Amino acid sequence: MQRLIAFQTILYKEIHRFVRIWPQTLLPSAVTTSLYFLIFGKLIGGRIGAMHGIPYMDFIVPGVILMSVITNSYGNVVASFYSSKFQRNIEEMLIAPVPGWMMLSGYVGGGLARGLAVGGVVMGISAIFTDLKIAHPEVVVLVFLLTAILFSLAGFLNALFANSFDDISIIPNFVLTPLVYLGGVFYSIDLLPGTWKVISLVNPILYMISAFRYGFLGVADVNVERAVLIIIEFILVLLLWTLWLLRRGTGLKT
Amino acid sequence: MKALSLTELRKVYKNGFEALKGINLDVEEGDFFALLGPNGAGKSTTIGIISSLVTKTSGKVYVFGHDLDRETDDVKRSIGLVPQEVNFNQFEKARDIVANQAGYYGIRRKQALLRADECLEVLGLGDKRNETARLLSGGMKRRLMIARALAHSPRLLILDEPTAGVDIEIRRSMWVYLRQLNRTGTTIILTTHYLEEAENLCRNIAIINHGEIVENNAMVNLLGKLDNASFILELRKPLETLPMLTGYQLTRIDESTLSVAVPIELGIHGLFDILSQHGIEVVGLRNASNRLEQFFMNLVENDRNEHPPS
Repeated sequence: MQRLIAFQTILYKEIHRFVRIWPQTLLPSAVTTSLYFLIFGKLIGGRIGAMHGIPYMDFIVPGVILMSVITNSYGNVVASFYSSKFQRNIEEMLIAPVPGWMMLSGYVGGGLARGLAVGGVVMGISAIFTDLKIAHPEVVVLVFLLTAILFSLAGFLNALFANSFDDISIIPNFVLTPLVYLGGVFYSIDLLPGTWKVISLVNPILYMISAFRYGFLGVADVNVERAVLIIIEFILVLLLWTLWLLRRGTGLKT
Repeated sequence: MKALSLTELRKVYKNGFEALKGINLDVEEGDFFALLGPNGAGKSTTIGIISSLVTKTSGKVYVFGHDLDRETDDVKRSIGLVPQEVNFNQFEKARDIVANQAGYYGIRRKQALLRADECLEVLGLGDKRNETARLLSGGMKRRLMIARALAHSPRLLILDEPTAGVDIEIRRSMWVYLRQLNRTGTTIILTTHYLEEAENLCRNIAIINHGEIVENNAMVNLLGKLDNASFILELRKPLETLPMLTGYQLTRIDESTLSVAVPIELGIHGLFDILSQHGIEVVGLRNASNRLEQFFMNLVENDRNEHPPS
């Protein structure tokens, strides 16, 4: 019971943090999404035409939503956890009877909550620009949850290893952003020539976006079950790795 | 019962530096204990190990009989830590900082908020509870860290230089509060650079240097070991030449001020007789430094002579 209260406290602190600074955490995704819909949807979307028989604007909605979920879940955990390390207030938890896995759960819960909040905002904006329909709600919920958990874990791991603020911007800017943009947010991989299509299939984010799109539109570039399994496998790998590092005290204890 | 017991505690950092060389230390329940030592002596490493922030290389740590290796949660619940550096989230409100800390120890939010108000009130921060931490003054931040450490009512409070950079008025008000806390049964371990603070507050003392405990004694016994005391004398008239006084060591600070080292066996009474024989009239007298500081400096200087820096 005491541990549950400790978890609730971390979660409360994390949610309170991103709500308190909402112009930095919730507003940017709303502005960016509106611009995507305006530029790619309204202005040039009509010239691009349909994808998988779906109007271009509707086609990009799931990818745009999931892109926000990925960047915000990751960003929330990496920024919050690294700031705690930098200001050393992480010691508040380290000296208390809060086991590593509980601390991890609290931060991942915070990342999930931010993903949910931003995902909700972006979905609301999408509903203004498009005729939003959800073909398979269970797939949408499942892929959303798994993706938010996966990237929250990845953000935690990044912060655990980080020794400077540069270290927490390298992966989001130079790894995550290219993978997201090349993960089929704005196009179907069917449009790509053979080699590029094969290379794209190595990108794990493609599977997430494709499965999420299936949840909304009923069409996907990849097998949805396989996509869900891939996400679960990634979660397990990152989870076990992070727990092992926490047990060793990597990045936290001397 | 022992509040803290360290046995053969050793720490070697990854770079090979041996910060603790197998120290043994006991602190009795209810004690007000000073852990002193020069910078880099091993104080913070010792505190870090006790509070689970530093991993020990070998040795045992017991807190109220609980083994740190096997009963980590019990050890953690028994300890409250006030670190050397301000380390709370500067963007949170004072009340949230204390309540969150209580939450990490399993206290429900509603009770945690009440407890936070109580701790902040006791430390004179009641009216600042809704203030963002970064807007508090230096002294208030120090008191906020004490309030946070008390959130779960620990039996052992460890204060790592709690009054560093705090003005004398706040420092003395903190002493009053710490004495009161100790009287109500909380064991306190204090590290400080203000030796006057340790001399005033603590009953027992350990001095650590180069990762070893070089002195561990009751404060009275330790101060009894001093073989001389230093005083500052204010003279009525400026002194042209410094007289030679057998047994006393005189140093001129300025024309009308002298510093004198008085051996315990000779005493200060005889000094006045000799000075008046030389026609020197003393109008004021004060301690040159506090006694513990003198002892500490002797110890560190002797050590420096034995181990000159390479």
